[in-house]
Amino acid sequence: MKGLIRWFFFRSRGDSPFKLLLIHLALIMACLIAIYPVARVVSISLRPGDRLLSTDLALIPRDATWSNYTRLLASKDFFLWVWNSLTVTISVSVIGVILAATSAYAFSRWKFPGRAPALVLLLSTQMVPAIMMLIPLYLMFVGITRQFGIPLVGSYLGLIVAQSAVGVPFSIWILKGYYDTIPVDLEEAAKIDGAGPLGAFYRIILPLSTPALAIVFLFNFMASWVDYILPRVILPKPELFTWPLGLQRLQGQFQTEWGMFAAASVLVAIPSMALFLYSSKWLISGLTLGSVKG
Amino acid sequence: MRSVLASDIAEKLWSWLRALFALALLALVVKFLATYLPKQQSLTPTVVLGSMKTVGGFVALIAAFVVALEFVLYVILMKLLKWKHALAYMLVAPGMVGIALLFLYPFSYNIAIAFSNRSLERFLPGAYSYGLAFGVENFRSVFTDKILHDTGFWEVFARTWLWTAINVFFHVLGGLGLALLLNRTLPLRGLYRTILVFPWAIPQVIVALALHNEFHYQYGFVNNLLVSFGLPRVQWLSEPVPAFVAATISNIWLGIPFMMVIILGGLQSISHEFYEAAAIDGASGWQQFKSITWPLLQPVLTPATVMGTIWTFNAFNVIYLITVGGPSEKTDILVTALFKAAFEFYRYGQAAAFALVIFVILFAVSATWIQLSGGLKGVTD
Repeated sequence: MKGLIRWFFFRSRGDSPFKLLLIHLALIMACLIAIYPVARVVSISLRPGDRLLSTDLALIPRDATWSNYTRLLASKDFFLWVWNSLTVTISVSVIGVILAATSAYAFSRWKFPGRAPALVLLLSTQMVPAIMMLIPLYLMFVGITRQFGIPLVGSYLGLIVAQSAVGVPFSIWILKGYYDTIPVDLEEAAKIDGAGPLGAFYRIILPLSTPALAIVFLFNFMASWVDYILPRVILPKPELFTWPLGLQRLQGQFQTEWGMFAAASVLVAIPSMALFLYSSKWLISGLTLGSVKG
Repeated sequence: MRSVLASDIAEKLWSWLRALFALALLALVVKFLATYLPKQQSLTPTVVLGSMKTVGGFVALIAAFVVALEFVLYVILMKLLKWKHALAYMLVAPGMVGIALLFLYPFSYNIAIAFSNRSLERFLPGAYSYGLAFGVENFRSVFTDKILHDTGFWEVFARTWLWTAINVFFHVLGGLGLALLLNRTLPLRGLYRTILVFPWAIPQVIVALALHNEFHYQYGFVNNLLVSFGLPRVQWLSEPVPAFVAATISNIWLGIPFMMVIILGGLQSISHEFYEAAAIDGASGWQQFKSITWPLLQPVLTPATVMGTIWTFNAFNVIYLITVGGPSEKTDILVTALFKAAFEFYRYGQAAAFALVIFVILFAVSATWIQLSGGLKGVTD
């Protein structure tokens, strides 16, 4: 016990033990506030159906049960929602990475006419709120669906297109910043060895920028995975719902489905949070990656 | 010496435990899903094949379009003109054509809609028409008529700035406080940090939907916590001020971790030597904070604050999913009002004009910041 106390206080010689105790207390308080609402969702997901509506504040219900999970998975469209989300999300991420990887290379290596305005354009796309673009995009999609028969509204396609439009400029921006840090000498050497300009890109640049490509993939994946507003407008049919829309439908029936809503939240949140916590170091470095060198 | 070792081992142990815990949880989720996948009826092979076909066909269409585009560019730029920038244009073309079609064109289209009388009754081509008079009328109606059922622009405008100011203030305050506490060699630091990032890590939609229920008068935990502290229950979602407070508290809770992480990064990049020199000169903790930490934090804090301001200004999910802008439109901010104007009241012409007004506001904020932070010099290098 004494050793434990010593360990607890050892490494911060600058602070007095009393101050350290206060710091720990403050942090524990903050952690409780940060974790309580999350823990509540878990707790509600474990409540038996007859006690869903209760004023109980205990985090682990006395009669905990998996019944909300089994009912959710057996009777609701949970799998369909996750599948729809995955289909859209993976498409958006792959399209984003491919388009951005090639465009960003040109922006990084050639000073072609029109480059500067194009870069400013890329940056300005980020200043426009998604909801503002939603009005013309929605009306455009309705028009295209009617005129050309390409179902941009009421199928995944419009959603994939719209989310890519949000993701690609940002991806180009990040990748350009990363390519800029790779010395041109490497490609020169490859060219002397007989590689064409595309060969140098494919053999030298792409393998070297795997971390940045992963960041871009993750960014697009996360942005698309948690998006609510675009699917809400573009995917009105229940059989095309992504998980945020599905969860909202469960939540809407407060009286009956709260437990299933909580169970679905937990099932979605665990992989999402694992991915976020695992990749947050890179995601945060990605926020500054593009800005280091313009 | 032994204690140092012990704490190192403890930190290592903790990171292993954390990874193990995460893996166990994931395995549990996967096991659940794998058990129930054969028992459910919604995701049938037909559905899977159908969606693969839709997406596959679409990808093939895009690929065909890209190939055609590249071929045309190759023939014209490379073979006929033998231009030295041909390859660069070929590389940029697919992405930039996409951005032109999905950003520049819609943006211009939005301006056109703002100068039309399009609405639910006048929706299809031929039913609505364009004209300068419609545009003037649309912009006038944004500022002087109701933009929602019975709420005008200026009320929502003022509320949006109140909302943004309160949120960003508490985000920076909370983030700074926690970052200062964490910015020292501290046992369990990794654990604290991980837990404190939770509100950022969990998908926002889930939080917003769950909190909507948790502000329930009878069964939500907020009121039940109040009762357990001997305080009266509050009608969170059916009275204007409490509803605004509820949404604000939720958004503050959601936004602090981002600021904390960013500020912590900034704090760690400040050299220890400044503090050592200050300590030798006998500077107190507050003096050190005022003349070392705060000024040296600005390069990190300013962009984070601007980003936070724009995000909070655009915080659609939090408002729309927790209070739905209610009661009686008393918690709507500009973006939720815009959404309602377009997709609940179907006044497309007015909504497009409204969207342009919001764009100008945001553009002014961003432009001011860019001007203050040294302009676009580095952008086009």
